[in-house]
Amino acid sequence: MEKKIGCYICTGCGIGEALDVKALGNIAAKEQKIPVVKNHEFLCGPEGINLIRNDMTAEGVNALVIVGCSHRVKTEEFRLGVAQMDRVDIRDKCLWVLDVPEGDKTAKEDRQMMASDYVRIGCVKVKKMNDPKPFEAPTPFSKDVLVVGGGIAGLSAALEVAQTGYNVLLVEKEETLGGKVAKMHKVSPSRAPYNKLEENPLPKLLAEVKGNKHIKILNNTIVQKTVGAPGLFDVTLKNGSGTSVERVGSIIIATGYRAYDPAKLEKRLGYGSSPDVITSMEFEEMAKAGKIVRKSDGKPAKRVAFSLCAGQRDSSHLEYCSGACCVYSLKQALYVIENQPDASAYLIYQEVRTPGQMEDFYRKVQNEGGIFIKGDVKQVSQGGTGLTLDVDDKILRKEIKMDVDLLVLATGMETTVDTTDPNSASPVGSQVDELPGSILNLQYRQGPGLPSLKNNFPDSHFICFPYETRRTGIYVAGPARRPMGIAASRTDAAGAALKAIQVVESVARGAAVHPRAGDLSFPSFREEGCTQCKRCTEECPFGAINEDQKGNPLFNPTRCRRCGTCMGACPQKIISFANYSVDMIGSMLKEMEIPEADEEKPRILVFACENDAIPAIDMVGRSRLGALSPFVRIIPLRCMGSMSLVWIADAMAKGYDGVLLMGCRHGTDYQCHNVRGSALAEIRLSKVSETLDRLQLESSRVKMVEVNIMDAETLPQVINDFVAEISKLDPNPYKEF
Amino acid sequence: MTYDLTFAKEVYKNSEEGHWIKMCMQCGVCAGSCPMGFLGAWTHSPRQIFQMVRAGMRDEVLTSTDMWMCTSCYNCIVRCPRNLPITHIIHGLARYASVQGKADPKQPTHHFAKDIFWENIVATGRVGEAALTMKLYFKDGIGEGIKQGLEMKDSALGMLKAKRLKPIPFRGKIKGYPGFKAMLKKAFELENQKEGKA
Repeated sequence: MEKKIGCYICTGCGIGEALDVKALGNIAAKEQKIPVVKNHEFLCGPEGINLIRNDMTAEGVNALVIVGCSHRVKTEEFRLGVAQMDRVDIRDKCLWVLDVPEGDKTAKEDRQMMASDYVRIGCVKVKKMNDPKPFEAPTPFSKDVLVVGGGIAGLSAALEVAQTGYNVLLVEKEETLGGKVAKMHKVSPSRAPYNKLEENPLPKLLAEVKGNKHIKILNNTIVQKTVGAPGLFDVTLKNGSGTSVERVGSIIIATGYRAYDPAKLEKRLGYGSSPDVITSMEFEEMAKAGKIVRKSDGKPAKRVAFSLCAGQRDSSHLEYCSGACCVYSLKQALYVIENQPDASAYLIYQEVRTPGQMEDFYRKVQNEGGIFIKGDVKQVSQGGTGLTLDVDDKILRKEIKMDVDLLVLATGMETTVDTTDPNSASPVGSQVDELPGSILNLQYRQGPGLPSLKNNFPDSHFICFPYETRRTGIYVAGPARRPMGIAASRTDAAGAALKAIQVVESVARGAAVHPRAGDLSFPSFREEGCTQCKRCTEECPFGAINEDQKGNPLFNPTRCRRCGTCMGACPQKIISFANYSVDMIGSMLKEMEIPEADEEKPRILVFACENDAIPAIDMVGRSRLGALSPFVRIIPLRCMGSMSLVWIADAMAKGYDGVLLMGCRHGTDYQCHNVRGSALAEIRLSKVSETLDRLQLESSRVKMVEVNIMDAETLPQVINDFVAEISKLDPNPYKEF
Repeated sequence: MTYDLTFAKEVYKNSEEGHWIKMCMQCGVCAGSCPMGFLGAWTHSPRQIFQMVRAGMRDEVLTSTDMWMCTSCYNCIVRCPRNLPITHIIHGLARYASVQGKADPKQPTHHFAKDIFWENIVATGRVGEAALTMKLYFKDGIGEGIKQGLEMKDSALGMLKAKRLKPIPFRGKIKGYPGFKAMLKKAFELENQKEGKA
């Protein structure tokens, strides 16, 4: 079908008064040869929308350039079922960020120039777009969900998925379901007023899972290897000596935690030297059996001490806080003192950390008479009546001795998932049919494990994108994801279940998941141009690309998150999307008008990340946080990761005086929605000075800044400072050519 | 044996508001809020006193002068995130130390409260300010008394002028003095009952 573009300019919100809309229309119609160009004073109103709809039916308009406000507002109104559409923002990013005093002709002219340029690039963008065709796989998509691990998190996840009507395959490596919670006596409170121990929720949950017809339980089974992509995972399951292959749509890992090995702890804590030094799990089993006794002589344990950090927050053991140990120790203290007036529980802590509502539970244990001692156990020795602890008491500020019957070490949690450092080089060709200890043994070019976020835990971002590993369609819940207790594991399981359902549904439509949810495009590449440099497979933050024998990329569209990092990485510029390409952005930046050097109107090109920088700029406009220089021209990018160095060279050749890149924060506490996009852009940019040298230009003309969504207040300053810096340089000499 | 709970339980039961001590979470806000801390008036902050109670350090707590330094500014109560009535707990501990005969009788606050002020008010049913002041000034001997009196002379004259100090010290007993005495008697009875002295 022939593309017919319609350009609609809204004159509302002060646009009509501030700008020469007729001139903008002429740019679209005459210069850009857009066949249908119309104005309306209230485009997002019913009349305006009808105007567009009528043209779509009567005139056959099938691609839209909507000139008006930011694409982040009025999204519902302009959802017209047109894939080839661009919202040209001349309000938030032009009108509202420019300071044009009454009667200042130059300022008014500058503003008109900015709006004109934005109309130009909007038209070019839509001209360069194609209709994305949703990906269709040669084999059918599955909507089933595989849950690995049959503990509290896995059971909850399986049940949550099954209750929405999807089929679940629940794989448990042990003989029985239940995991660690099965061994527990009671559990910490999960509901108000958070001060009563609760019965173990496992039996009820187990009955529900076993009674659900959508759940297929496989005991004594492990995942031998995993091939494929979301919707198309082919998982080899091993049960004894037999194997079977199952197709699933998505995977939830709920393999739980491994308690830190107490034998690795320092001798001072006494584990192994006395049978009365035990771990929390051993104590739990004792309580479940109804016998809280000294292991050494079987006498009742009346004085029980708990060491709340036993290796946690200690750089020589586990660097991090395990989050749940304080709470389960509080629970165990209650086992000791509740209904036993002559018993005492001592909790020796660094800080009592009680997430959620557990502060109330902490109060409960204090009120029951639990004794809290801020300090460290320095030495455990055999005393006359039992154990003698030397404790460095940080409140009394001295070393004290106390006699106890039992010392319980609240050991921390390590993930059971095999993870790798995301910044290490990908191990090419390390795929094996069976990898002992690997949860999924992914047959991905990027390796069999999952990239770790921190301390070997696999996640993408604990706050912004929880449950998501950096492998699309694979989610992780419970303490396998980050240390947590029972109640948190159950909510975690629900979260991961929703993600797992979302991905199978999206994939079946050929659509992307977060952060470009619903995007139907996917990368394609021109094979004859490929030099097998492997940068795309190496740089893809989500491990979406495999390689064939020769080293050509093999795209897995359902693993793809559409960030365009591969596109930005490719030195041959052969990777593109139907609605996003190197050529598209390159053409846009070339289409803008660059004034002659003697006009003293420099041009600064700003590439801004759509996820954080663009919303921040919109906030500058909306809240009138300051005026930007009228010489900047902003082009939004999907992600800084898609930034191609060609654009920098093009911009310099075209005559832009400077280029500013605004990406998300990267590094340890990154905020990049695509995990590594902005970090990769920074690495690429470090090589840009070569290009600039070749053009004999100053390398300070190109700069990258990190922009956080909260940076709106300082953003005008950042941009204007860069403009001022560039203005000090001579104009770009390439303007003349 | 450290962290033997006998003393802690004794305080929880017998010292006024003492049962709150177990609820302290050792955040240290009281210590940081106490104006007497900035003056260096105490050795142990309120939270340390609380931990000493839990640790069973009976003698150290009861003979400590720290509780007697409280000026009842109530900063700690206002700021305590656990809503502990810290000022009252500290007063309770001070009183408990006194009742137990552990508090130093020469500690100025203790001496003033227990002897000078108490005797003065019980005698007539109202505070005789001149007598009270005199007793306070002369508690450490005649020389010290005269010295202090002269130091405060201008304030005293000013107060006299402003009619804030009664020039005639002895105005006799309050109306209904026998009733006041009966009340005190009953209070002692209740107190003794509570402390198990019959």
